[in-house]
Amino acid sequence: MRGKAHRFGAHIDTDQIVPAKYLVTTDPQELGKHCMENNDPEFAQRVQPGDVIVADVNFGCGSSREHAPISIRGCGVSCVIAKSFARIFFRNAINQGLPVLECPEAVDAIEAGDELEVDLSNGTIRDLTTEQVFKAKPYEPFLLELLEAGGIIEYTKRRLAGAER
Amino acid sequence: MGMTLAEKILAAHSGKKEVSPGDLINVQVDLVMANDITAPIAIEQFRKLGVKDVFDKERVVFVPSHFAPAKDIASAEQCRVMRNFARETGIVYYEQGQGGIEHILLPWKGHVVPGDVYCGADSHTPTCGALGAFATGMGSTDIAVAMATGETWMKVPETLRFIYHGRMGKWTRSKDLILHTIGHIGTDGATYMAMQFEGEALKEMSMDARFTITNMTAEAGGKTGLMLVDEVTLEYVRPRAKRPWTVYEPDPDAAYAATYEFDASQIEPTVALPFSPGNTKTIAEVANDDIQIDQVFIGSCTNARMEDLREAAEIMRGRKVAPWVRCIVIPATQDIFLEALKEGLIEVFTEAGCQVSAATCGPCLGGYYGVLAEGEKCVSTSNRNFPGRMGHPKGEVFLVNPPLAAAAAVAGRIVHPEEVVGKVGVK
Repeated sequence: MRGKAHRFGAHIDTDQIVPAKYLVTTDPQELGKHCMENNDPEFAQRVQPGDVIVADVNFGCGSSREHAPISIRGCGVSCVIAKSFARIFFRNAINQGLPVLECPEAVDAIEAGDELEVDLSNGTIRDLTTEQVFKAKPYEPFLLELLEAGGIIEYTKRRLAGAER
Repeated sequence: MGMTLAEKILAAHSGKKEVSPGDLINVQVDLVMANDITAPIAIEQFRKLGVKDVFDKERVVFVPSHFAPAKDIASAEQCRVMRNFARETGIVYYEQGQGGIEHILLPWKGHVVPGDVYCGADSHTPTCGALGAFATGMGSTDIAVAMATGETWMKVPETLRFIYHGRMGKWTRSKDLILHTIGHIGTDGATYMAMQFEGEALKEMSMDARFTITNMTAEAGGKTGLMLVDEVTLEYVRPRAKRPWTVYEPDPDAAYAATYEFDASQIEPTVALPFSPGNTKTIAEVANDDIQIDQVFIGSCTNARMEDLREAAEIMRGRKVAPWVRCIVIPATQDIFLEALKEGLIEVFTEAGCQVSAATCGPCLGGYYGVLAEGEKCVSTSNRNFPGRMGHPKGEVFLVNPPLAAAAAVAGRIVHPEEVVGKVGVK
Protein backbone atom coordinates (compact mmCIF):
# COMPACT_ATOMS: atom_id res chain seq x y z
CA MET A 1 0.00 0.00 0.00
CA ARG A 2 1.16 3.47 -0.84
CA GLY A 3 0.15 6.98 0.12
CA LYS A 4 1.04 10.29 1.73
CA ALA A 5 1.73 10.71 5.45
CA HIS A 6 -0.60 12.77 7.63
CA ARG A 7 0.94 13.68 10.98
CA PHE A 8 -0.87 13.72 14.32
CA GLY A 9 0.34 14.21 17.88
CA ALA A 10 0.18 12.12 21.05
CA HIS A 11 -2.92 10.77 22.81
CA ILE A 12 -5.30 11.14 19.85
CA ASP A 13 -8.52 9.94 21.50
CA THR A 14 -11.59 8.40 19.92
CA ASP A 15 -13.62 11.60 20.43
CA GLN A 16 -11.16 13.27 18.03
CA ILE A 17 -11.14 10.34 15.60
CA VAL A 18 -14.92 10.22 15.32
CA PRO A 19 -17.06 12.48 17.54
CA ALA A 20 -19.82 10.70 19.48
CA LYS A 21 -22.57 12.66 17.71
CA TYR A 22 -21.90 10.63 14.56
CA LEU A 23 -22.24 7.26 16.29
CA VAL A 24 -25.76 6.87 15.00
CA THR A 25 -24.63 4.83 12.01
CA THR A 26 -22.26 1.98 11.31
CA ASP A 27 -21.74 2.90 7.63
CA PRO A 28 -17.98 3.23 6.86
CA GLN A 29 -18.47 5.94 4.17
CA GLU A 30 -20.67 8.04 6.43
CA LEU A 31 -18.35 7.68 9.43
CA GLY A 32 -15.39 8.36 7.13
CA LYS A 33 -16.75 11.81 6.28
CA HIS A 34 -16.10 12.88 9.88
CA CYS A 35 -12.76 11.19 10.44
CA MET A 36 -10.48 13.22 12.76
CA GLU A 37 -13.00 16.07 12.67
CA ASN A 38 -12.39 17.25 16.25
CA ASN A 39 -8.68 17.49 15.54
CA ASP A 40 -8.58 18.66 11.92
CA PRO A 41 -11.98 19.47 10.38
CA GLU A 42 -10.60 19.36 6.81
CA PHE A 43 -8.83 16.01 7.13
CA ALA A 44 -11.59 13.89 5.62
CA GLN A 45 -11.74 16.12 2.54
CA ARG A 46 -7.97 16.27 2.11
CA VAL A 47 -7.14 12.61 2.58
CA GLN A 48 -6.59 10.47 -0.53
CA PRO A 49 -7.19 6.71 -0.82
CA GLY A 50 -4.12 4.88 0.45
CA ASP A 51 -2.84 7.72 2.66
CA VAL A 52 -1.32 6.90 6.03
CA ILE A 53 -1.92 8.36 9.49
CA VAL A 54 1.33 8.80 11.43
CA ALA A 55 0.86 9.57 15.12
CA ASP A 56 2.75 9.69 18.40
CA VAL A 57 1.99 7.62 21.54
CA ASN A 58 -1.34 6.20 22.76
CA PHE A 59 -3.27 6.57 19.50
CA GLY A 60 -6.94 5.69 19.89
CA CYS A 61 -7.28 6.18 23.64
CA GLY A 62 -10.70 6.79 25.14
CA SER A 63 -13.89 4.98 24.31
CA SER A 64 -14.41 1.46 22.99
CA ARG A 65 -16.25 2.67 19.87
CA GLU A 66 -15.36 0.41 16.97
CA HIS A 67 -16.60 3.28 14.81
CA ALA A 68 -13.09 4.79 15.21
CA PRO A 69 -11.20 2.28 13.02
CA ILE A 70 -14.28 1.99 10.76
CA SER A 71 -14.16 5.76 10.20
CA ILE A 72 -10.42 5.73 9.47
CA ARG A 73 -10.86 2.93 6.96
CA GLY A 74 -14.00 4.59 5.59
CA CYS A 75 -12.18 7.80 4.64
CA GLY A 76 -9.61 5.86 2.63
CA VAL A 77 -6.67 5.66 5.03
CA SER A 78 -4.73 2.47 4.34
CA CYS A 79 -2.96 2.10 7.69
CA VAL A 80 -1.97 3.85 10.91
CA ILE A 81 1.63 4.03 12.13
CA ALA A 82 2.10 5.16 15.74
CA LYS A 83 4.59 4.98 18.57
CA SER A 84 1.97 3.08 20.57
CA PHE A 85 -1.75 2.29 20.50
CA ALA A 86 -4.43 2.27 23.18
CA ARG A 87 -5.43 -1.34 23.76
CA ILE A 88 -9.14 -1.38 22.86
CA PHE A 89 -8.44 0.59 19.68
CA PHE A 90 -5.70 -1.87 18.73
CA ARG A 91 -8.04 -4.87 19.05
CA ASN A 92 -10.83 -3.02 17.23
CA ALA A 93 -8.52 -2.05 14.36
CA ILE A 94 -7.39 -5.66 13.89
CA ASN A 95 -11.02 -6.80 14.04
CA GLN A 96 -12.04 -4.22 11.43
CA GLY A 97 -9.17 -4.99 9.08
CA LEU A 98 -7.39 -1.67 9.57
CA PRO A 99 -3.62 -2.32 9.64
CA VAL A 100 -1.94 -0.70 12.65
CA LEU A 101 1.84 -0.60 12.93
CA GLU A 102 3.90 0.24 15.98
CA CYS A 103 7.18 1.90 14.96
CA PRO A 104 8.59 4.78 17.07
CA GLU A 105 11.60 5.28 14.74
CA ALA A 106 9.36 5.79 11.72
CA VAL A 107 7.15 8.23 13.62
CA ASP A 108 10.18 10.29 14.62
CA ALA A 109 11.52 10.42 11.05
CA ILE A 110 8.46 10.72 8.79
CA GLU A 111 7.24 14.20 7.94
CA ALA A 112 3.80 15.28 6.81
CA GLY A 113 3.42 14.81 3.07
CA ASP A 114 6.17 12.17 2.74
CA GLU A 115 5.28 9.42 0.29
CA LEU A 116 5.14 6.11 2.13
CA GLU A 117 5.06 2.50 1.02
CA VAL A 118 4.05 -0.13 3.54
CA ASP A 119 4.53 -3.87 3.13
CA LEU A 120 2.34 -5.58 5.67
CA SER A 121 3.73 -9.04 5.04
CA ASN A 122 7.01 -8.10 6.69
CA GLY A 123 6.18 -4.82 8.48
CA THR A 124 8.47 -2.74 6.28
CA ILE A 125 7.76 1.00 6.09
CA ARG A 126 9.54 2.86 3.27
CA ASP A 127 9.68 6.65 3.24
CA LEU A 128 10.06 7.18 -0.53
CA THR A 129 10.59 10.92 -0.05
CA THR A 130 13.62 10.55 2.22
CA GLU A 131 14.56 7.01 1.12
CA GLN A 132 14.56 5.71 4.69
CA VAL A 133 13.38 2.22 5.63
CA PHE A 134 11.86 1.17 8.97
CA LYS A 135 10.72 -2.08 10.46
CA ALA A 136 7.51 -2.13 12.53
CA LYS A 137 7.15 -4.23 15.66
CA PRO A 138 5.95 -7.67 14.53
CA TYR A 139 2.48 -8.88 15.53
CA GLU A 140 2.09 -11.59 18.16
CA PRO A 141 1.86 -15.07 16.56
CA PHE A 142 -1.77 -15.41 17.69
CA LEU A 143 -2.70 -12.15 15.95
CA LEU A 144 -1.08 -13.41 12.76
CA GLU A 145 -3.15 -16.56 13.08
CA LEU A 146 -6.29 -14.42 13.42
CA LEU A 147 -5.35 -12.29 10.42
CA GLU A 148 -4.52 -15.33 8.31
CA ALA A 149 -7.94 -16.77 9.13
CA GLY A 150 -9.48 -13.54 7.78
CA GLY A 151 -10.19 -11.91 11.14
CA ILE A 152 -11.71 -13.01 14.43
CA ILE A 153 -15.18 -13.60 12.99
CA GLU A 154 -13.87 -16.09 10.42
CA TYR A 155 -11.53 -17.60 13.01
CA THR A 156 -14.44 -18.07 15.46
CA LYS A 157 -16.69 -19.48 12.75
CA ARG A 158 -14.08 -22.14 12.06
CA ARG A 159 -13.72 -22.88 15.76
CA LEU A 160 -17.47 -23.22 16.18
CA ALA A 161 -17.70 -25.47 13.12
CA GLY A 162 -14.86 -27.60 14.47
CA ALA A 163 -16.59 -27.94 17.83
CA GLU A 164 -19.76 -29.19 16.17
CA ARG A 165 -18.02 -31.91 14.24
CA MET B 1 5.63 -17.30 42.17
CA GLY B 2 2.50 -15.72 43.62
CA MET B 3 -0.24 -14.11 41.55
CA THR B 4 -1.91 -10.72 41.64
CA LEU B 5 -5.69 -10.42 42.00
CA ALA B 6 -6.08 -10.09 38.22
CA GLU B 7 -3.88 -13.12 37.58
CA LYS B 8 -5.82 -15.21 40.13
CA ILE B 9 -9.14 -14.47 38.46
CA LEU B 10 -7.80 -15.06 34.95
CA ALA B 11 -6.15 -18.34 35.93
CA ALA B 12 -9.43 -19.60 37.40
CA HIS B 13 -11.27 -18.62 34.20
CA SER B 14 -8.82 -20.24 31.81
CA GLY B 15 -8.55 -23.61 33.51
CA LYS B 16 -4.97 -23.01 34.55
CA LYS B 17 -3.22 -23.34 37.90
CA GLU B 18 -1.11 -20.31 37.18
CA VAL B 19 -0.86 -17.52 34.62
CA SER B 20 1.86 -14.92 34.14
CA PRO B 21 1.89 -11.53 32.42
CA GLY B 22 2.20 -11.97 28.67
CA ASP B 23 0.49 -15.37 28.55
CA LEU B 24 -2.11 -15.57 25.81
CA ILE B 25 -5.16 -17.28 27.22
CA ASN B 26 -8.69 -18.21 26.27
CA VAL B 27 -10.92 -16.91 29.04
CA GLN B 28 -14.41 -18.04 30.08
CA VAL B 29 -16.52 -14.94 30.65
CA ASP B 30 -19.27 -14.66 33.26
CA LEU B 31 -21.06 -11.68 31.78
CA VAL B 32 -21.17 -9.80 28.46
CA MET B 33 -22.67 -6.34 27.95
CA ALA B 34 -23.33 -3.86 25.14
CA ASN B 35 -25.12 -0.51 24.93
CA ASP B 36 -27.05 1.30 22.20
CA ILE B 37 -23.86 2.61 20.52
CA THR B 38 -21.90 -0.62 20.56
CA ALA B 39 -24.67 -3.25 20.28
CA PRO B 40 -25.60 -2.55 16.63
CA ILE B 41 -22.10 -3.43 15.37
CA ALA B 42 -21.92 -6.37 17.80
CA ILE B 43 -25.23 -7.69 16.41
CA GLU B 44 -24.00 -7.32 12.80
CA GLN B 45 -20.87 -9.29 13.66
CA PHE B 46 -22.80 -11.85 15.74
CA ARG B 47 -25.00 -12.62 12.73
CA LYS B 48 -21.92 -13.25 10.58
CA LEU B 49 -20.91 -16.02 12.99
CA GLY B 50 -23.93 -17.97 11.83
CA VAL B 51 -25.14 -18.89 15.30
CA LYS B 52 -28.69 -18.32 16.48
CA ASP B 53 -28.38 -18.17 20.23
CA VAL B 54 -26.06 -16.45 22.64
CA PHE B 55 -24.00 -18.69 24.93
CA ASP B 56 -26.23 -17.99 27.95
CA LYS B 57 -29.28 -15.72 27.90
CA GLU B 58 -28.90 -14.77 31.55
CA ARG B 59 -25.33 -13.64 31.00
CA VAL B 60 -25.72 -11.29 28.07
CA VAL B 61 -27.13 -7.88 28.97
CA PHE B 62 -28.09 -5.00 26.66
CA VAL B 63 -28.66 -1.54 28.08
CA PRO B 64 -29.77 1.47 26.02
CA SER B 65 -28.08 4.36 27.82
CA HIS B 66 -26.01 6.62 25.60
CA PHE B 67 -28.45 8.19 23.15
CA ALA B 68 -31.51 6.84 24.97
CA PRO B 69 -34.25 7.97 25.18
CA ALA B 70 -33.52 8.41 21.49
CA LYS B 71 -32.14 11.84 20.61
CA ASP B 72 -33.02 11.56 16.92
CA ILE B 73 -34.37 9.12 14.36
CA ALA B 74 -31.02 7.47 13.71
CA SER B 75 -30.54 6.77 17.44
CA ALA B 76 -34.09 5.46 17.63
CA GLU B 77 -33.22 3.01 14.85
CA GLN B 78 -30.12 1.85 16.72
CA CYS B 79 -32.16 1.37 19.90
CA ARG B 80 -34.70 -0.60 17.90
CA VAL B 81 -32.03 -2.88 16.45
CA MET B 82 -30.82 -3.78 19.94
CA ARG B 83 -34.32 -4.09 21.38
CA ASN B 84 -35.40 -6.45 18.57
CA PHE B 85 -32.31 -8.58 19.00
CA ALA B 86 -32.90 -8.77 22.75
CA ARG B 87 -36.51 -9.87 22.30
CA GLU B 88 -35.56 -12.38 19.64
CA THR B 89 -32.78 -14.01 21.65
CA GLY B 90 -34.28 -13.59 25.13
CA ILE B 91 -31.21 -11.96 26.65
CA VAL B 92 -31.42 -9.57 29.60
CA TYR B 93 -32.55 -6.12 28.49
CA TYR B 94 -33.25 -2.96 30.49
CA GLU B 95 -35.66 -0.60 28.77
CA GLN B 96 -35.50 3.14 29.40
CA GLY B 97 -37.31 3.93 32.61
CA GLN B 98 -36.34 0.53 33.99
CA GLY B 99 -32.58 0.68 33.75
CA GLY B 100 -30.05 3.46 33.44
CA ILE B 101 -26.31 3.76 32.91
CA GLU B 102 -24.95 0.22 32.57
CA HIS B 103 -21.88 0.57 34.79
CA ILE B 104 -23.98 1.60 37.76
CA LEU B 105 -27.04 -0.50 36.86
CA LEU B 106 -25.37 -3.91 36.45
CA PRO B 107 -23.65 -4.14 39.85
CA TRP B 108 -26.73 -2.59 41.50
CA LYS B 109 -28.92 -5.31 40.00
CA GLY B 110 -26.47 -8.03 41.00
CA HIS B 111 -25.38 -9.08 37.50
CA VAL B 112 -21.71 -8.71 38.40
CA VAL B 113 -20.28 -10.48 41.45
CA PRO B 114 -16.82 -10.86 43.00
CA GLY B 115 -14.49 -13.12 41.05
CA ASP B 116 -16.25 -12.58 37.71
CA VAL B 117 -14.64 -11.99 34.35
CA TYR B 118 -16.91 -9.41 32.76
CA CYS B 119 -16.51 -8.04 29.23
CA GLY B 120 -18.45 -4.99 28.16
CA ALA B 121 -18.57 -3.09 24.89
CA ASP B 122 -17.85 0.17 26.66
CA SER B 123 -14.54 1.50 27.90
CA HIS B 124 -15.88 2.18 31.40
CA THR B 125 -16.65 -1.49 32.02
CA PRO B 126 -13.77 -1.71 34.57
CA THR B 127 -16.07 0.16 37.00
CA CYS B 128 -17.28 -3.22 38.29
CA GLY B 129 -13.73 -4.20 39.23
CA ALA B 130 -14.40 -2.49 42.57
CA LEU B 131 -16.31 -5.68 43.42
CA GLY B 132 -13.16 -7.78 43.11
CA ALA B 133 -13.97 -8.79 39.53
CA PHE B 134 -11.92 -8.65 36.31
CA ALA B 135 -14.03 -6.25 34.26
CA THR B 136 -12.70 -5.00 30.94
CA GLY B 137 -13.84 -2.90 28.00
CA MET B 138 -13.73 -4.22 24.45
CA GLY B 139 -15.02 -3.29 21.02
CA SER B 140 -18.18 -4.63 19.43
CA THR B 141 -16.61 -7.43 17.38
CA ASP B 142 -14.88 -8.95 20.40
CA ILE B 143 -18.18 -8.68 22.27
CA ALA B 144 -19.99 -10.46 19.43
CA VAL B 145 -17.57 -13.37 19.77
CA ALA B 146 -18.04 -13.43 23.56
CA MET B 147 -21.83 -13.33 23.14
CA ALA B 148 -21.68 -16.39 20.89
CA THR B 149 -19.03 -18.46 22.65
CA GLY B 150 -18.87 -17.23 26.25
CA GLU B 151 -15.15 -16.90 25.71
CA THR B 152 -12.61 -14.29 24.70
CA TRP B 153 -8.86 -14.22 24.09
CA MET B 154 -6.73 -12.14 26.36
CA LYS B 155 -3.12 -11.44 27.09
CA VAL B 156 -2.54 -11.63 30.83
CA PRO B 157 -1.72 -8.06 31.83
CA GLU B 158 0.98 -6.94 34.19
CA THR B 159 -0.43 -5.45 37.38
CA LEU B 160 0.31 -2.02 38.79
CA ARG B 161 -0.39 -1.69 42.51
CA PHE B 162 -1.76 1.54 43.97
CA ILE B 163 -1.84 1.94 47.75
CA TYR B 164 -3.60 4.90 49.36
CA HIS B 165 -2.48 5.37 52.96
CA GLY B 166 -4.13 7.61 55.50
CA ARG B 167 -7.49 9.32 55.49
CA MET B 168 -8.84 11.78 52.96
CA GLY B 169 -9.33 15.40 53.97
CA LYS B 170 -12.72 17.09 54.35
CA TRP B 171 -13.35 17.85 50.66
CA THR B 172 -11.29 15.12 49.06
CA ARG B 173 -13.27 12.28 47.49
CA SER B 174 -12.48 9.03 45.69
CA LYS B 175 -12.68 11.04 42.43
CA ASP B 176 -9.71 13.10 43.60
CA LEU B 177 -7.63 10.01 44.37
CA ILE B 178 -8.10 8.69 40.85
CA LEU B 179 -7.67 12.10 39.14
CA HIS B 180 -4.50 12.66 41.16
CA THR B 181 -3.28 9.19 40.20
CA ILE B 182 -3.93 9.75 36.48
CA GLY B 183 -2.19 13.12 36.71
CA HIS B 184 0.76 11.31 38.28
CA ILE B 185 1.11 8.30 35.94
CA GLY B 186 -0.32 9.88 32.77
CA THR B 187 -3.21 8.88 30.53
CA ASP B 188 -1.14 6.02 29.13
CA GLY B 189 0.48 5.19 32.46
CA ALA B 190 -1.39 1.90 32.77
CA THR B 191 -1.86 0.94 29.12
CA TYR B 192 -2.44 -2.81 28.77
CA MET B 193 -2.12 -3.22 32.55
CA ALA B 194 -4.36 -4.12 35.46
CA MET B 195 -4.58 -1.51 38.22
CA GLN B 196 -4.97 -3.00 41.68
CA PHE B 197 -6.20 -0.44 44.22
CA GLU B 198 -5.69 -0.91 47.97
CA GLY B 199 -5.04 0.90 51.22
CA GLU B 200 -6.54 2.36 54.34
CA ALA B 201 -8.28 5.20 52.50
CA LEU B 202 -10.22 2.67 50.39
CA LYS B 203 -11.25 0.52 53.34
CA GLU B 204 -13.25 3.42 54.71
CA MET B 205 -15.04 4.08 51.44
CA SER B 206 -18.55 3.02 50.48
CA MET B 207 -19.03 0.98 47.32
CA ASP B 208 -20.44 4.12 45.69
CA ALA B 209 -17.11 5.87 46.21
CA ARG B 210 -15.02 2.85 45.22
CA PHE B 211 -16.74 2.46 41.84
CA THR B 212 -15.58 5.97 40.91
CA ILE B 213 -11.95 4.88 41.16
CA THR B 214 -12.18 1.72 39.06
CA ASN B 215 -14.43 3.60 36.59
CA MET B 216 -11.56 5.89 35.63
CA THR B 217 -9.08 3.05 35.08
CA ALA B 218 -9.95 3.66 31.44
CA GLU B 219 -8.54 7.19 31.57
CA ALA B 220 -5.13 5.81 32.58
CA GLY B 221 -5.23 3.33 29.69
CA GLY B 222 -5.75 0.37 32.04
CA LYS B 223 -7.20 -2.92 30.91
CA THR B 224 -9.00 -3.33 34.20
CA GLY B 225 -9.03 -1.91 37.71
CA LEU B 226 -9.59 -4.13 40.71
CA MET B 227 -10.13 -3.85 44.44
CA LEU B 228 -9.89 -6.44 47.19
CA VAL B 229 -13.15 -7.80 48.56
CA ASP B 230 -13.95 -6.85 52.16
CA GLU B 231 -17.06 -6.60 54.35
CA VAL B 232 -18.18 -3.40 52.56
CA THR B 233 -18.10 -5.29 49.25
CA LEU B 234 -19.99 -8.26 50.63
CA GLU B 235 -22.67 -6.08 52.25
CA TYR B 236 -23.28 -4.58 48.82
CA VAL B 237 -23.22 -7.92 47.01
CA ARG B 238 -25.26 -10.14 49.39
CA PRO B 239 -28.73 -8.68 48.84
CA ARG B 240 -28.17 -8.23 45.09
CA ALA B 241 -26.19 -11.14 43.68
CA LYS B 242 -27.91 -13.14 40.98
CA ARG B 243 -25.23 -15.84 41.16
CA PRO B 244 -22.84 -17.31 43.74
CA TRP B 245 -19.51 -15.49 43.93
CA THR B 246 -15.89 -16.31 44.63
CA VAL B 247 -13.53 -14.11 46.58
CA TYR B 248 -9.99 -14.10 45.22
CA GLU B 249 -7.04 -12.53 46.97
CA PRO B 250 -3.64 -11.60 45.65
CA ASP B 251 -0.76 -13.72 46.94
CA PRO B 252 1.62 -11.98 49.34
CA ASP B 253 4.51 -12.74 46.99
CA ALA B 254 2.72 -11.59 43.82
CA ALA B 255 4.88 -9.69 41.34
CA TYR B 256 3.83 -6.15 40.39
CA ALA B 257 5.17 -4.15 37.47
CA ALA B 258 5.33 -1.20 39.87
CA THR B 259 3.84 -0.07 43.17
CA TYR B 260 2.67 3.49 43.73
CA GLU B 261 1.99 4.66 47.26
CA PHE B 262 0.07 7.82 48.07
CA ASP B 263 -0.79 9.58 51.31
CA ALA B 264 -4.51 10.23 50.86
CA SER B 265 -4.44 12.95 53.50
CA GLN B 266 -2.14 14.94 51.23
CA ILE B 267 -4.30 14.65 48.11
CA GLU B 268 -6.25 17.86 47.60
CA PRO B 269 -9.56 18.16 45.78
CA THR B 270 -8.39 17.93 42.18
CA VAL B 271 -9.49 19.41 38.86
CA ALA B 272 -8.62 17.88 35.48
CA LEU B 273 -8.39 20.80 33.07
CA PRO B 274 -9.08 20.68 29.32
CA PHE B 275 -8.23 18.65 27.32
CA SER B 276 -7.03 15.62 29.22
CA PRO B 277 -8.03 13.73 32.38
CA GLY B 278 -4.32 13.72 33.19
CA ASN B 279 -4.05 17.52 33.10
CA THR B 280 -4.62 17.88 36.84
CA LYS B 281 -4.23 20.73 39.32
CA THR B 282 -5.45 21.21 42.89
CA ILE B 283 -8.63 23.18 43.47
CA ALA B 284 -6.58 25.86 45.27
CA GLU B 285 -4.51 26.44 42.12
CA VAL B 286 -7.52 26.45 39.80
CA ALA B 287 -9.71 28.63 42.04
CA ASN B 288 -7.03 31.33 41.81
CA ASP B 289 -7.69 31.60 38.09
CA ASP B 290 -11.28 32.73 38.68
CA ILE B 291 -12.73 30.61 35.85
CA GLN B 292 -16.31 31.64 34.99
CA ILE B 293 -18.47 28.75 33.84
CA ASP B 294 -21.55 28.20 31.68
CA GLN B 295 -22.66 24.72 32.69
CA VAL B 296 -22.35 22.14 35.44
CA PHE B 297 -23.07 18.47 34.88
CA ILE B 298 -23.62 16.18 37.85
CA GLY B 299 -24.03 12.72 36.38
CA SER B 300 -22.37 9.92 34.32
CA CYS B 301 -21.09 6.45 35.25
CA THR B 302 -18.35 8.12 37.28
CA ASN B 303 -20.33 10.15 39.83
CA ALA B 304 -24.12 9.75 39.76
CA ARG B 305 -24.73 7.33 42.62
CA MET B 306 -26.64 8.09 45.82
CA GLU B 307 -23.59 9.26 47.75
CA ASP B 308 -22.64 11.64 44.93
CA LEU B 309 -26.16 13.07 44.77
CA ARG B 310 -26.38 13.44 48.56
CA GLU B 311 -23.13 15.37 48.66
CA ALA B 312 -24.06 17.64 45.79
CA ALA B 313 -27.50 18.24 47.32
CA GLU B 314 -25.94 19.09 50.67
CA ILE B 315 -24.16 22.03 49.02
CA MET B 316 -27.26 23.04 47.05
CA ARG B 317 -29.68 22.90 49.95
CA GLY B 318 -31.11 26.35 50.57
CA ARG B 319 -28.91 27.88 47.88
CA LYS B 320 -29.46 28.79 44.24
CA VAL B 321 -27.59 27.95 41.08
CA ALA B 322 -25.92 31.09 39.72
CA PRO B 323 -28.36 32.80 37.32
CA TRP B 324 -26.08 32.50 34.28
CA VAL B 325 -25.28 28.84 34.86
CA ARG B 326 -27.27 25.79 33.78
CA CYS B 327 -26.81 22.91 36.18
CA ILE B 328 -27.89 19.51 34.83
CA VAL B 329 -28.33 16.66 37.29
CA ILE B 330 -28.82 13.11 36.01
CA PRO B 331 -29.11 10.28 38.56
CA ALA B 332 -27.51 7.22 36.99
CA THR B 333 -30.39 4.75 37.13
CA GLN B 334 -34.13 4.66 37.63
CA ASP B 335 -33.67 3.07 41.08
CA ILE B 336 -31.28 5.83 42.13
CA PHE B 337 -33.66 8.46 40.79
CA LEU B 338 -36.44 6.98 42.93
CA GLU B 339 -34.26 6.82 46.01
CA ALA B 340 -33.16 10.42 45.47
CA LEU B 341 -36.80 11.39 45.08
CA LYS B 342 -37.79 9.70 48.33
CA GLU B 343 -34.89 11.30 50.17
CA GLY B 344 -35.93 14.73 48.95
CA LEU B 345 -32.77 15.27 46.91
CA ILE B 346 -34.65 15.83 43.66
CA GLU B 347 -36.59 18.57 45.45
CA VAL B 348 -33.39 20.17 46.69
CA PHE B 349 -31.90 20.19 43.20
CA THR B 350 -35.09 21.46 41.61
CA GLU B 351 -35.55 24.25 44.13
CA ALA B 352 -31.94 25.28 43.65
CA GLY B 353 -32.57 25.71 39.92
CA CYS B 354 -30.99 22.55 38.58
CA GLN B 355 -32.50 20.75 35.62
CA VAL B 356 -32.98 17.13 36.68
CA SER B 357 -33.40 14.35 34.14
CA ALA B 358 -34.08 10.64 34.27
CA ALA B 359 -31.11 8.37 33.56
CA THR B 360 -28.99 8.73 30.42
CA CYS B 361 -25.31 9.18 29.56
CA GLY B 362 -26.52 12.18 27.51
CA PRO B 363 -24.16 15.14 27.84
CA CYS B 364 -21.09 13.22 29.07
CA LEU B 365 -20.21 12.23 25.52
CA GLY B 366 -21.81 15.24 23.84
CA GLY B 367 -24.84 13.21 22.87
CA TYR B 368 -27.66 15.50 23.94
CA TYR B 369 -29.23 17.16 26.99
CA GLY B 370 -26.42 19.62 27.66
CA VAL B 371 -24.12 19.85 24.62
CA LEU B 372 -21.57 22.69 24.74
CA ALA B 373 -21.34 25.61 22.31
CA GLU B 374 -18.02 27.01 21.08
CA GLY B 375 -15.92 28.35 23.93
CA GLU B 376 -18.34 27.33 26.68
CA LYS B 377 -16.94 26.03 29.93
CA CYS B 378 -18.48 23.12 31.81
CA VAL B 379 -17.63 21.73 35.24
CA SER B 380 -18.49 18.05 35.22
CA THR B 381 -18.43 15.01 37.48
CA SER B 382 -17.89 12.79 34.42
CA ASN B 383 -14.68 11.17 33.22
CA ARG B 384 -13.40 12.74 30.00
CA ASN B 385 -12.57 16.22 28.77
CA PHE B 386 -11.03 15.55 25.36
CA PRO B 387 -11.55 18.12 22.57
CA GLY B 388 -15.20 17.94 21.53
CA ARG B 389 -16.12 15.41 24.18
CA MET B 390 -19.20 17.33 25.32
CA GLY B 391 -19.95 19.14 22.10
CA HIS B 392 -18.00 21.83 20.26
CA PRO B 393 -14.28 21.01 19.95
CA LYS B 394 -13.57 24.37 21.58
CA GLY B 395 -15.95 23.69 24.46
CA GLU B 396 -13.99 23.14 27.67
CA VAL B 397 -14.67 20.52 30.33
CA PHE B 398 -13.27 20.56 33.88
CA LEU B 399 -13.53 17.24 35.73
CA VAL B 400 -14.20 17.38 39.48
CA ASN B 401 -15.83 15.57 42.42
CA PRO B 402 -19.56 16.12 43.19
CA PRO B 403 -19.21 18.72 46.02
CA LEU B 404 -16.90 20.80 43.82
CA ALA B 405 -19.36 20.61 40.94
CA ALA B 406 -22.24 21.75 43.16
CA ALA B 407 -20.15 24.56 44.61
CA ALA B 408 -19.23 25.71 41.10
CA ALA B 409 -22.90 25.74 40.10
CA VAL B 410 -23.76 27.99 43.04
CA ALA B 411 -20.78 30.31 42.64
CA GLY B 412 -20.85 30.43 38.82
CA ARG B 413 -17.11 29.82 38.73
CA ILE B 414 -14.65 27.17 39.87
CA VAL B 415 -14.27 27.62 43.63
CA HIS B 416 -13.27 25.71 46.70
CA PRO B 417 -16.49 24.40 48.32
CA GLU B 418 -15.56 26.18 51.57
CA GLU B 419 -16.16 29.44 49.76
CA VAL B 420 -19.78 28.43 49.15
CA VAL B 421 -20.66 26.63 52.36
CA GLY B 422 -19.03 29.40 54.35
CA LYS B 423 -21.63 31.83 53.05
CA VAL B 424 -25.33 31.19 53.38
CA GLY B 425 -27.50 32.21 50.47
CA VAL B 426 -24.76 33.05 47.99
CA LYS B 427 -26.31 34.17 44.74
